[in-house]
This record gives sequence, structure tokens and C-alpha cells, in this order.
Amino acid sequence: MAATGAATTQEVGMRYLLLIYGDESRFAQMSEAETQADMGQWFEYDAAIKAAGASPGGEALQPTATATSVRDDNGDPLVTDGPFAETREQLAGYYMLDVENLDEAIKWAHRCPAAKGGTVELRPIQEFEQG
Amino acid sequence: VGAPLPRREGRHGRAAPDPGVRAGLNAPFRTSAADAVARCFRAEFGRAVAILARGLGGDVDRAEEAVQDAYAVALDRWPRDGVPSTPAAWILTTAKRRAIDRLRREAALREKQSQLARELEEAVRDLPGEDEEMIPDERLGLVFACCHPALAVEAQVPLTLRLVGGLTVPEIARALLLPEATVKQRLVRAKKKVRLSGIPVAEPPPDALEDRLGVVLAVLYLVFNEGYAATGGDALVRDDVAAEAIRLTRVVHGLLPNEPEPAGLLALMLLHHARRDARAGADGELVLLEAQDRSRWDRGMIDEALPLVDQALTLRRPPGSYALQAAIAAVHAQAPRAAATDWRQIVLLYDELGRVLPTPVVRLNRAVAVAMADGPAAGLALIDALADGGALDDYHLLHAARADLLRRQDRMAEAAAAYARALELATNAAERRFLARRLEECG
Repeated sequence: MAATGAATTQEVGMRYLLLIYGDESRFAQMSEAETQADMGQWFEYDAAIKAAGASPGGEALQPTATATSVRDDNGDPLVTDGPFAETREQLAGYYMLDVENLDEAIKWAHRCPAAKGGTVELRPIQEFEQG
Repeated sequence: VGAPLPRREGRHGRAAPDPGVRAGLNAPFRTSAADAVARCFRAEFGRAVAILARGLGGDVDRAEEAVQDAYAVALDRWPRDGVPSTPAAWILTTAKRRAIDRLRREAALREKQSQLARELEEAVRDLPGEDEEMIPDERLGLVFACCHPALAVEAQVPLTLRLVGGLTVPEIARALLLPEATVKQRLVRAKKKVRLSGIPVAEPPPDALEDRLGVVLAVLYLVFNEGYAATGGDALVRDDVAAEAIRLTRVVHGLLPNEPEPAGLLALMLLHHARRDARAGADGELVLLEAQDRSRWDRGMIDEALPLVDQALTLRRPPGSYALQAAIAAVHAQAPRAAATDWRQIVLLYDELGRVLPTPVVRLNRAVAVAMADGPAAGLALIDALADGGALDDYHLLHAARADLLRRQDRMAEAAAAYARALELATNAAERRFLARRLEECG
């Protein structure tokens, strides 16, 4: 299923989720001026990726302190405070990518401000056949 | 399948199939028909996979399967009907038909495959039927896909050997000293990643070419060294692996003739491989460069390598690391006797190499060259400074080189201690025997 899906979608392009990871504590320690400069870089990146038609959109996330995890517990929701896993770098945002292939996705990941000091992960979207 | 790898690197046209293959088929006493089919397929494998993979939208898995199918047909027919006059075209046509047949069969269940079959038919429709010169060579895109940095090096190496080199799983397992199941598993995972993650089967854009080519050459050099300095396996297999790496590097150099580093790497491999018969004594003992019988060096290989060294050194300034390493090997190759080696020239080349490739191993090799040019004391001072840094403390060759320089200055007790440390760290059996013998001589 996914096998032939990917083969044909490669000609019309690939979709990826670009996952942005960074150290939250670093953002918290930024001065006003540093935050301003950081935001400037993100606005620039956002404008560029949209102008190129490479992304239908993306969002920044509130810090993991605001996260809520939910699991099913015998029919009841088991709700816990915090993210699924404690990690050195935390998921801070994402973009959807709509590009030709992995090389192009890597180009956008490299341009992403989070690639400096953080990590950008690319995950191909699993395409399902319709009908 | 499991046919033996070619014994000798043929020095025919760059990417062309070995013409001896076809002649061989008509001479039943020289080689079995199955062997000839296997060799012809290995030479043409990557070319056919590359074209089909493009036609199949990057699905290297299907492309490989189709060429493998064509191989089965050839094994059945060629020994009976003779080798077709245009084997590359035959392989491509047969593989294409097989791929379309398979897709059609699956299309009975899924419309999507039939779309794919039409696309492939479209993509390969204009391919020539008979004229082999007209078959496009798209292997470069395949090489770059197999050596994509998104793949782990453990995946890049077997994938390149399989898809570009046409080696079978048992052959790759033998070459890399890995269990067949491990190779098979790595190949399955790697092909899946190529397909699902959208790794393009294409040349990288010009601004990325140099970096990506670096990965390709590193993979090829790794394969070569696997053959050159393998810690186990029999000597014939190791020579074959090195020859296979040379064959693939020749393909990359042939496809990118104006890039200096493929020329440099090809020259480096040829110069090392030229010494293969002189590296082992009659009893299988390791023979150091200075003690080698230079009449046993492969002059044909050296003659082929030297112009490549010049080309690699002049195509780009400053030269790259493979070009410089090849230039160093060329100085050795051109010395009629060990004593006539131009060590000053080698020190200069190591100076330049140290700027491109500032690693402790390069500094160690430079120190050894300085010892040869200016005497053991000068070299020993450099090695001791390097040893104090600690980066190479676990590297047996640092202690072996130190031991040798101490021995040359008659400091036998210190030399013995250094040989003992080197022996502790060495894993290659021939090297261990050599070090043990030297240690004994110091006693």
C-alpha cells in the first residue's frame, strides 16, 4: 500500500512534517533583545518558506510545562501533567512541507532558525490511498 | 547466484562492460557460461537499475527486482541460445518487460500499479532496442541515492555494492565480513528508507555536489579498505573486494571526469593495489613498504595512476585529500629503491595534507616521513608530542612507529616496551606476528 503510494507521489512531490526541537530553558534565559532577534529570524523564515510554496503552514507550540498527556485507562481518560517523555530538547513547533524530495526538505530544514543550536527532524507523511 | 568476483581489475574503457566476457562465453574451457552471465550482469547491473528506478519514480526496490528477474531469464537462456550481441540492451529490455509484467499482475488488484506500468512504459519507450551506445548512463543518480547522507554508513556501503555494483547478498556478506542475514536486513531497511523518505535518485544540485561527492568517495574508500586491510577472510576475497571498489570508483570518475577527487581516489586505490603481491611474504607475513620487492609491484596499475595524480592535483587548487594521498603514494611508486625515496617531497605533501585533513593520523604519518628525511630523533620528538596529546593512545601504529624509531636509535628497552604496547592493541593477525617478531629482536 504505502509502497506504490510513495513511488507515484514522488513524481508529484512529497509531504513531510518538519519538527522543531530546542532547549526550552535557553529560550527562557534570552534577553529582550535576543528574543527580538530570534523572532525576526523566524518571521523571515516563515515568509520565505511560504513565498516558495514549500509549506501550507506551521505553528509554534507553548512550552512543555503546558503539555497534558492522555491515555485510555479502562474506558476512562487517564490525564497526566507534562509531555510524553522528558528529553534534553523539546518539541517547540512544526511546519508542514510540500516539496519535490528529501533534498529539498533538507534545504528548508537547514534554513530553519532552529537548526542552529537545536535539531530539526524530517518525517515523511504516510500517504494512504483513497477509496 | 554466488558467482566469484572478478580476480583482476580489467583495464578497459571506463564504464564499459568487460569485452572479455563475451569472448569468454564461446570458450567453454576458460569459464562456465553461468560465470560469464554473472560477470556480464555485474558490469551492467547498476546501469539498468538506475534507468528503471527513474522510470519507477525512485522505487529502487522494484528496479532491483526487475533486473534480478532478467538475470534469472539470462541464466536460463544465454547458455542455450548464446549471449545476445547487445547484452546491455537485452538486460534493460528484459528487466523493463518484467517490471511491467509484475506491475500489470498487481494492477489486476490495484489501478495504481497499472498507472505505474504506463508511466514506466512511457519513461523507457524511447530507449534504443539494439544500439548500446545510445543507452543513457544514469548510474550517477543511483550512486548519490545509495550514498545519501540521510542513510547510515552501515546502509550506504551494502546498498552501493548491491544496486550499483550488482554484488549478491552472499558476496556482500563475504566482502564486509558480516552474516548474510545482517546484510539482507540492512538492504531491506535501506531500500525502504530511500523509497519512503523521498531520497531522490538524481545528481545533487551543483551547490551540494562537492559535499555529497565526499560521502560517495568515503563509501568507496571504505569498501576498498575493507578489502585492503581486512582483519579476516582469505586473501583472494580481499583482493576481489579492493578490485570491486576500484571498478566502482572508475565508474564515478568516468561519469565526473572533471572532478579532481574521484580521479585522486582512483589513483590512490590503484597505487595501493599495485603493491598487493609484494605486501605479503612467501609465508604470508606482512612485508613493510621499505622491504618490499619492487619488481613485484603492478607497473601497469602504477602507469595508469600517475597521470590521474597529475590531473587530480591540477584540477583544483588547493588539491583535495585524496589527490594529496595519491601524490604521496606516487612518490613511493616512483622510487626505484626504498633508499631512493624522496622523503622531503613526502614531508611537503603531508604538510599540505595536514591543512586539508588536520587529523592526528596525518600528523603521525608526517612524523614518520620527517624521521626518514631528518633522522629518527626528529621524528621521535614529533611522535612524542603527538602521544602527549593522548588522541592516538589506543592506536597501535603510533606505538609501532615509536618503537621503530627507538630501535633505530638503539634504545632497545624503550623500543621493547613500545612494541609490547602496540602488540596489545593490534588486531590484524599478520600485523601481530610482525610486531611479536620485532619485540623478540629487541630482547
